[in-house]
Amino acid sequence: MYVAAKGGEKAIRHAHALLAKRRRGKTNLPSITLQQIAGQLTLAVDRVMAEGSLYDTELAALAVKQARGDLIEAIFLIRAFRTTLPRFGATIPLDTAQMLVRRRVSATYKDLPGGQLLGPTFDYTHRLLDTSLGVERECSEVDDQASAADASRLPSEPVAMPRVTDLLGQEGLIEASPEDTGEEPFDITRAPVSFPVDRSTRLQTLARGDEGYLLALGYSTQRGYARSHPFVGEIRFGDVEVMFEAPELGFAVSLGRVQVTECQMVNQFKGSAEVPPQFTRGYGLVFGQCERKAMSMALVERALRWKELGEEPGAPAQDEEFVLSHCDNVQATGFVEHLKLPHYVDFQAELDLVRRMRAEHEAQMKEAAE
Amino acid sequence: MNAPLLATGTTSTTGAMPEIRYNFAYLDEQTKRMIRRAILKAIAIPGYQVPFAAREMPMPYGWGTGGVQVTAAVLGPDDVLKVIDQGADDTTNAVAIRGFFEKTARVATTTVTTQATVIQTRHRIPETALSENQILVYQVPIPEPLRFLEPRETETRQLHALAEYGLMHVKLYEDIARHGHIATTYAYPVEVAGRYVMDPSPIPKFDNPKMDDCPALQLFGAGREKRIYAIPPHTRVRSLDFEDHPFKVQRFAKPCALCAATGVYLDEVILDDRGGRMFVCSDTDYCNTRQAQGHVGELGVPGGGFPQNAVMPGRNSGIHDVPPSHPVQDVDPRVKPGDDGISGGTPPAGMTREGTI
Repeated sequence: MYVAAKGGEKAIRHAHALLAKRRRGKTNLPSITLQQIAGQLTLAVDRVMAEGSLYDTELAALAVKQARGDLIEAIFLIRAFRTTLPRFGATIPLDTAQMLVRRRVSATYKDLPGGQLLGPTFDYTHRLLDTSLGVERECSEVDDQASAADASRLPSEPVAMPRVTDLLGQEGLIEASPEDTGEEPFDITRAPVSFPVDRSTRLQTLARGDEGYLLALGYSTQRGYARSHPFVGEIRFGDVEVMFEAPELGFAVSLGRVQVTECQMVNQFKGSAEVPPQFTRGYGLVFGQCERKAMSMALVERALRWKELGEEPGAPAQDEEFVLSHCDNVQATGFVEHLKLPHYVDFQAELDLVRRMRAEHEAQMKEAAE
Repeated sequence: MNAPLLATGTTSTTGAMPEIRYNFAYLDEQTKRMIRRAILKAIAIPGYQVPFAAREMPMPYGWGTGGVQVTAAVLGPDDVLKVIDQGADDTTNAVAIRGFFEKTARVATTTVTTQATVIQTRHRIPETALSENQILVYQVPIPEPLRFLEPRETETRQLHALAEYGLMHVKLYEDIARHGHIATTYAYPVEVAGRYVMDPSPIPKFDNPKMDDCPALQLFGAGREKRIYAIPPHTRVRSLDFEDHPFKVQRFAKPCALCAATGVYLDEVILDDRGGRMFVCSDTDYCNTRQAQGHVGELGVPGGGFPQNAVMPGRNSGIHDVPPSHPVQDVDPRVKPGDDGISGGTPPAGMTREGTI
């Protein structure tokens, strides 16, 4: 009925009250705390920080809670907060060789300086549901032991651990990493992107891009769509110091540490008239422990570099405008979901057109019959 | 008070979290200045899409983030804001956006078109003529009129630079060749100030003539696509057409069922499951004002409002003397009342012939 379209204000208020109630769940159970989310749903919090482009575990935990566990919604909340923050400047590039490494694996060398460090990983676990986690007091002794062992083994200060790509670089077997020009990188959150993009724009866009989207695109490069023969040169995860040079000080100060996952893919390259055959790089860097995302990013980053490396284009993962314009899940979800907004003015116009065209069609048919 | 204040105790997780406060109209002043620069450039080059560094807003992309940013950038404390969606002030998204500015800017809001200084809209232009003291802010989903003909931004920017609009004319021509008329009913492309072809946002083409020579400033914001464009006051806006197929707008066969207005855009409201339907003004303020003035439509009651216990008209109630397949005809907005702007045959019985736009 016509009146049903009215009363939007009241309906919204009630819907939000209902949402708050559903979010809280049964009130005879304690409300989940931010410390619990940040401490036990770490990978969800990491993903929200990575794709929300804001390193703050507490706010990310709050966002996860407020979003009822919907991570894209949580990312959205973080982005909407982040956008209002002032920007002081650009930090000095992170030195991941000086990482306090918590995990580091290489698929290209059996052993290497610094060794392989498995760290906290799902790899090699049997994916069997562990019902012992279902009880309220899960094996706390085991946990305590594990964390004690963890703490004793981990150095408090980073030990220099050369990157695999640096080792390859000494022999000239891999393309050099682009030089740091000292210029402020392009900031995709502060300026509109125009195509074609430079390296910093590409990497920033991918770094906050949707994990699932990049995973699918990265996967496609392994299945023949822009094949780039990748090897995981190295994945490392750990804490790195963030250094900032304040102009009034004249020297760099530490702002604290952030956890990042870095993936260096090593890819084949045939070489060209000017360049001898050598390996090329695909690079992935993500806040927190997001290995799947870092690897996918590295694959896609490499695929997007087809032009500078003189490769054949044609695969979806190589199409810069396509890949970068659609990888932001906050944009994507907003625009897809906007279809639920009323469109009845436009639909009315289409309705009229279809009716008129049907009438014309009918008249024509009648005419043809006579 | 530029940035949100978060008295960072964020390293400790004990106790309540610090309160977060935002600047006037949410955006910080630096961002507003950036948007205002883009708006000024857009006004200087009518119809040209100016890239701007759209911010992430606390509402989803595609739900009016561009319009909201433009409104936030032009809004002052003395402004009176009106927000409509589908012509109505009480649609949920309009309510949400109006509430956002009530909360973050504490500006006065109104539903009365003539009282508003800034009107943010989605999909409609108000029926009441706008004045030079008003700004109309459109929410734009896809700012590029050529997007569905050429998906690449690198290509379309070049086409605009060269004023190469052949693609669009071919598309319109193909419509005519296939259907006998142009089959675009909303987001109908316009040429602004004789130069740029522009997407008017998904307003029905019925509203296109209102953009021409409009005394109000018209601003268009596309947040996700990071573009702002504008039509300065009293600018020539021409809907694309051909000499032998002039641009026509929809005209409804019946007046509004509540306020008896003619020559306005109507929403079709389904009344029952037996084909009963009524047509009412899409512009709720226009309809309410007319009802308050004493205009009563077929299904209206004196003094306004919908009769609560009225019998819903069914298919055979005699109310719909126009066949449902012919509720609307295209008319040439340039044709004077009395002239028949309707192509092809006699209009169905009951079709009004006056009241061209």
